[in-house]
Amino acid sequence: MTAIAESPSTGTARRRGFFSRPTETTGWKSWLTTVDHKKIGIMYGVGALLFFVVGGVEALLIRAQLAGPEGEILSADAYNQIFTMHGLTMVFFVVMPLGAAFINYLLPLQIGARDVAFPRINAVSLWIWVAAGLFIYSSVLFDGMPNSSWVAYAPQSIVGPDPNGYTLGADAAAIHQSRMLFYSLGLQIAGVASLASSVNFIVTVLNMRAPGMTLMRMPVFTWMSFVVAFLLLFAMPIIGIALWQLMFQTRFAAPFYDPLNGGDPVLWQHMFWLFGHPEVYIMILPAFGIISEILPVFSRKPLFGYSAIVFSGIAIGFMGWGVWAHHMFTAGLGPVADAAFGISTMFIAVPTGIKIFNWLGTMWGGQIRFTTPMLFSIGLVSMFTIGGLSGVTHSIVPSDTQQHDTYYVVAHFHYVLFGGALFGLFAGIYFWFPKAFGHLLNEKLGKLHFALMLIGFNLTFAPMHFLGLNGMPRRYYTYADGMGWNFWNAVVGIGALVIAVSFIVFVLNIIVSRNNPPAGADPWDARSVEWLTSSPPPVHNFDQIPTISDRDELWYRKYASTSDKEAPVRVPAGASDVANPGGPYGDKVSGKSAKELGIHMPDPSWFPLILSIGLPVAAYGVFYEGALMIGLLAVGGIITFGSMIGWALEPSAEEHH
Amino acid sequence: MSAVTETPAHVEDDGHTTNFGMSNEKLAMWTFIGSECLFFGAMIATYLLYLNRTNGGPTAFDIFDIPFTSASTFILLMSSLGMVLALDAIQKKDMRGFQTWTLTTAVLGAIFLSGQIYEFTFFVEEGFKLETSPFSASFFVLTGFHGIHVTVGVVMLFILWALSLKGGITEKNTETVELVGLYWHFVDIVWILIFTLIYLIPVG
Repeated sequence: MTAIAESPSTGTARRRGFFSRPTETTGWKSWLTTVDHKKIGIMYGVGALLFFVVGGVEALLIRAQLAGPEGEILSADAYNQIFTMHGLTMVFFVVMPLGAAFINYLLPLQIGARDVAFPRINAVSLWIWVAAGLFIYSSVLFDGMPNSSWVAYAPQSIVGPDPNGYTLGADAAAIHQSRMLFYSLGLQIAGVASLASSVNFIVTVLNMRAPGMTLMRMPVFTWMSFVVAFLLLFAMPIIGIALWQLMFQTRFAAPFYDPLNGGDPVLWQHMFWLFGHPEVYIMILPAFGIISEILPVFSRKPLFGYSAIVFSGIAIGFMGWGVWAHHMFTAGLGPVADAAFGISTMFIAVPTGIKIFNWLGTMWGGQIRFTTPMLFSIGLVSMFTIGGLSGVTHSIVPSDTQQHDTYYVVAHFHYVLFGGALFGLFAGIYFWFPKAFGHLLNEKLGKLHFALMLIGFNLTFAPMHFLGLNGMPRRYYTYADGMGWNFWNAVVGIGALVIAVSFIVFVLNIIVSRNNPPAGADPWDARSVEWLTSSPPPVHNFDQIPTISDRDELWYRKYASTSDKEAPVRVPAGASDVANPGGPYGDKVSGKSAKELGIHMPDPSWFPLILSIGLPVAAYGVFYEGALMIGLLAVGGIITFGSMIGWALEPSAEEHH
Repeated sequence: MSAVTETPAHVEDDGHTTNFGMSNEKLAMWTFIGSECLFFGAMIATYLLYLNRTNGGPTAFDIFDIPFTSASTFILLMSSLGMVLALDAIQKKDMRGFQTWTLTTAVLGAIFLSGQIYEFTFFVEEGFKLETSPFSASFFVLTGFHGIHVTVGVVMLFILWALSLKGGITEKNTETVELVGLYWHFVDIVWILIFTLIYLIPVG
């Protein structure tokens, strides 16, 4: 509270509340207190890859259990927890944050800004996300992990998988309550992080573009991030309410979803999928944006149909709100609703198809270089198309009714989320790794990674189509011999191991490549302005904010325009690479710090990290009764609101004199 | 958008040109309010679905005291007027008027909240509890979350008032007041919707 007495405008006193303002720019403290969007992006990426290992191990356990009939590696109870956490981890702690990693790192660079609109809110999003992940996984220390699948349908989410013969004993209800509280409160906390970043990114795109960077000159990745931010903005409050209602249902017996007391389980399905379907696009659109950057670079052509790609992305953003009930064709909504949502689902395939044809058009006639990022991008285009086509089969209601809750659905959404989103995200990692870390990844290992992942992915998920059409249900922890499922399940198990090996190759690649020579500002002969500045970029991104006069700004700086029939001619460079690490065509990166250049950058802060600790502390309070409950809620509340007050009274940047 | 020619010298938009012509903070508040519409929309949809699912417990006709809630609604709406006058005062550099009206707004909000606490207590004593029925659960969660929003607003108003006494808020900080005002008016507008849907639509 001492901070109130100080006048923020004098700027002489550095001590604010309990903490002195951190000033570190290197070392662990600089990472914990950073507000730099690039460091935050890297931490999102590293965190997401760590969770990818966890989610991957869970997937391997699932496949080990199902590799043969009557598997005995996991009990039914353990299996329920593992497959639920596999889904939650991959959706909320791998694919979404990997997208967030790229958005954080690239969005300000691509629009020529020095940082996002609210750097400290950006940091708080990261730390709240970390807190949510640790909170959900802390459930293993209590009564076990959430076990009602990532969709958590009522009434199963309320009473547990087997209310009569539950093997865990008499306190089964308490155990189940604890697990579902971890689900509802953990995702609630993660949702706060997503909501904060969505506001941040929308304001950044609308307000902080460089001079000349009109909306229709923005790189497609930035455009897709912008659409994703709107989807998050409107989807997160809906799942937030559903999760609050689930929390009140499981902990305080408010009969929202309990059919015995008049509640409607289908309401949960509506709320969940009204969030859940936009969520699908939240996961895939960043990957679409990434490959829309990569394909033109390695085809040496401008993106074919830029406007069509942008507007189809916006169309997906709008139409994504009108298809949610195609997840519920077996819920008994009636023929009119089913038909309407079937038709809207067919419609939404149109803008997606437009994108795919534009990517093909981009590659058509180009001088294609098959680098690792290009291979992963082509992987996305082909694998996502398979997943998209099986998705269209789901829009046909009678067919979907047959396939509902079978492995056919599992095959479909892994083709779009793994074959789509993850291939695109790995493409992005290979593509922007030199920008973020200054050196390229090894191409040979990269191509091996791609080949193994493509083979492993198809071995794992293609047979699931057959299994599903042969009637194998999702989410069952075992199956009997003689169902005709043994062979393909064994193949799926081998495929999962191949994917695991491919990821090990990726990790090896990062280790092997650590001493690669500096890549320079623009190693790929790229097109957008993040390649103008040095690799890695200075804290302030650009010494001089670039003025944008074209889409593919960097390309037009490098190459003189010629008639269509001739090859473009490279403009002679004005300066050498040694003298100017920012690249000859771009930013004259001096190597001076922001302070020396007179650029005001926000200072690091402890408050985002401290604030995020308060939320799980308060959430643990909900598990208990009486004084412990009040105490934990109060401590969590004081940490959270105290850091908000400290934050509000601390200026974004201390004044330098 | 192509009209932007000036290079912003600062990361923060302290008075500098933004592409949208609106400060980052105000744009963020509008964006956040857009999100809040869905937050309340989801709860209102739940309430409308469960309007008649009373499980034999108290119905809307049995339990709601419409004159009482009308009075507290009137108080909350008048607080919006106070907010307008507070913003007007600080824009006219009338700090004394600003302090008066900010405090008035906060106190009116607090009176509304005490009315809500009284109402909740009364309902629980009458046997209309969170776990009574889907109707009661959606009523409590909807009005309760609205009450939390009002509480946050009241706290922000009291902080504004206290800071202005110590010189932490001066006539230069009109935008901070405007942002709190945007939030406050939004919370009021949501209450108009809630009051109409819950108390005025005759069901039972």
